[in-house]
Amino acid sequence: MPARTSWIPYALIAPSVIFLAALFLVPLVQTVWLSVSAGDGLSLENYRRMAGDLNFALAVKNTFLLTLVVVPLQVVLALAMATMVTKLDKGRDLVLWVLTIPLGISDLAAGLAWLALLQNTGYLNSALYALGLIQGPVGWLSQETPVALFFAIVLAELWRATAIVLVILIAGLQLIPKEFAEAAEIFGARPWTRFTRITLPLLKPSLQSALILRTVLAFEVFAVVYALGGRNFPVLAGEAYVWQNDNQNYGVAAAYAVLIMAISLAATAVYLRVLRTRPEQLP
Amino acid sequence: MADIVIDRVVKEFGSFRALQEVSLTVNDGEFVALLGPSGCGKTTLLRIIAGLETQTSGRVVIGGQDVSDLAPRKRGLAMVFQNYAVFPHMTVFENVAFGLRMQKASQADVKRKVERAAALLHIESYLDRYPAKLSGGQRQRVAVARALAVEPAVLLMDEPLSNLDALLRLEMRTELKAVLREAGTTTIYVTHDQTEAMGLADRIAVMYGGKIDQIGSPLEIYATPATRFVGGFIGSPPMNFIKVACSGGTARIGEAALPCPMAGKDLELGLRGEDAALSPNGSGIPFDVRVVEPMGSHLLLTGAIDGQLARIVAPPTAKVNAGERVGLNVDPSRVTWIDGSTGRAIARA
Ligand SMILES: Nc1ncnc2c1ncn2[C@@H]1O[C@H](COP(=O)(O)OP(=O)(O)OP(=O)(O)O)[C@@H](O)[C@H]1O
Ligand SMILES: [Mg+2]
Repeated sequence: MPARTSWIPYALIAPSVIFLAALFLVPLVQTVWLSVSAGDGLSLENYRRMAGDLNFALAVKNTFLLTLVVVPLQVVLALAMATMVTKLDKGRDLVLWVLTIPLGISDLAAGLAWLALLQNTGYLNSALYALGLIQGPVGWLSQETPVALFFAIVLAELWRATAIVLVILIAGLQLIPKEFAEAAEIFGARPWTRFTRITLPLLKPSLQSALILRTVLAFEVFAVVYALGGRNFPVLAGEAYVWQNDNQNYGVAAAYAVLIMAISLAATAVYLRVLRTRPEQLP
Repeated sequence: MADIVIDRVVKEFGSFRALQEVSLTVNDGEFVALLGPSGCGKTTLLRIIAGLETQTSGRVVIGGQDVSDLAPRKRGLAMVFQNYAVFPHMTVFENVAFGLRMQKASQADVKRKVERAAALLHIESYLDRYPAKLSGGQRQRVAVARALAVEPAVLLMDEPLSNLDALLRLEMRTELKAVLREAGTTTIYVTHDQTEAMGLADRIAVMYGGKIDQIGSPLEIYATPATRFVGGFIGSPPMNFIKVACSGGTARIGEAALPCPMAGKDLELGLRGEDAALSPNGSGIPFDVRVVEPMGSHLLLTGAIDGQLARIVAPPTAKVNAGERVGLNVDPSRVTWIDGSTGRAIARA
């Protein structure tokens, strides 16, 4: 047998590395570069303008608030749904298919669908009016009703993106042999104890993946918010969009993009650390 | 009191009948071995007793209480799983302690009982390791220790020593037997190792194709098998089955004659290799020796009786050569007669 040559793996992985570098790394470096260049030298002017903007603090607050409310809710919902789906015998695939339909709908379309439901002349108001619960159109998505608007966005995000967590958790649950829960039950563990002492710890790797994915996407939330609230509910990605298109200021837009990336990377690092599974604890 | 009554339990997986009307009574404190070939339904029966599987029909009664509709944790038993099911995310200590923690035992109690179970199974030195860092046999011992630690009234074990080397298995077997006897634990022990079953059990239930062929003391099972399967499965070498013709209450093989029962037309003579003695003068049942294997404690002779394969055990010093024809003396009271059409033994007179 010829000696195994060590360059083959590198050669095989090269195309994807080059592809990633061209389409991901280059724009990334360009964005960072754009954000720190103003006039003809390096400066933090773009960041200063970003931080000094009226909407900035609000956008940061809204984005974090939305993430902190939506992601935990999604994980809890997905855990409950995944547990139930894995218990099904018949019709499991059908149920799973129906539950994942929202994944196939683009976030803007999802936002518009919820807008049709919730706007002044939307289905919700029509229904409430028909039931005699309201006298006329009620605004849910206006500047005057920030709480209702927030919950509308939360609702739309839950509807739209819980399924991705669900799919990851179901895949993870299927990897856990059922003997572990059975053994726990024999030795006296009640259902809730089995869930917390056996299922959750063994599901940790999947939870970690799902949380990273969902949190990163939650920090980038844009289309649903934009469709439902416009700038009534400023978020970071929305501000980047406004600076890029309305203000035609690419530098500040780039600064927002870099900020979102930094937050996402930090969140990922936290998850990797807090939810790490030591290799010897894997099944 | 923790006796187990299994009453006409049937289990079907779809159209496949894994258990067909199994009935078995295990007395309080008794050690019963479930012995049978792979796929005969041993694990399925154990899982039904534990409540992990629901029987299609029939009842399971433990300690006088019908537990058929009771959740596993309410049945008051412990179990060693065939594939261990040792929790990968807990240390060996926490694994062994799991049942005690669920019972909310005091810290001191947990420590004492875990250490005792660990010492018994020689896993004291791995207590703070994770199962992934253990060998298969070590993991298996963790599973046994976890079950023993709760000092259960009923213990179900599914091939708990299958992964140990011969020496360790023998040692564990002896210790397990002593501990369970002392504690008065009602035990059902699944194995397909017959020497293990013979050595450990008060009674052995031999399973075959989803039913129990015979249940009895090791000696009964060995000496008076109820079916051709049991005779062939128990004992080494397995029992020989020779088709013979029986007329007028006598079966003739060569010049030898044996009294035979007059039932069924396909009569088979079940003869243990140890129950035949070489006759000094070549009289008796003619046996054509083909292979002689010296096993140390005995000679294993393989050959043919009346053209049918047979294995006979001879003393280590016997002078027998391959190709020779020898005569065998057989004590008629030690043979088993099988009705060839049903495979069942014919009741002795
Ligand atoms: N969940 C199941 N679905 C369908 N068939 C099953 C299921 N579990 C077991 N069986 C079948 O039931 C029969 C008995 O299985 P069981 O696991 O009880 O055998 P066993 O006696 O424990 O065998 P082994 O000695 O190999 O462990 C087998 O033929 C098996 O294929
Ligand atoms: Mg089995």
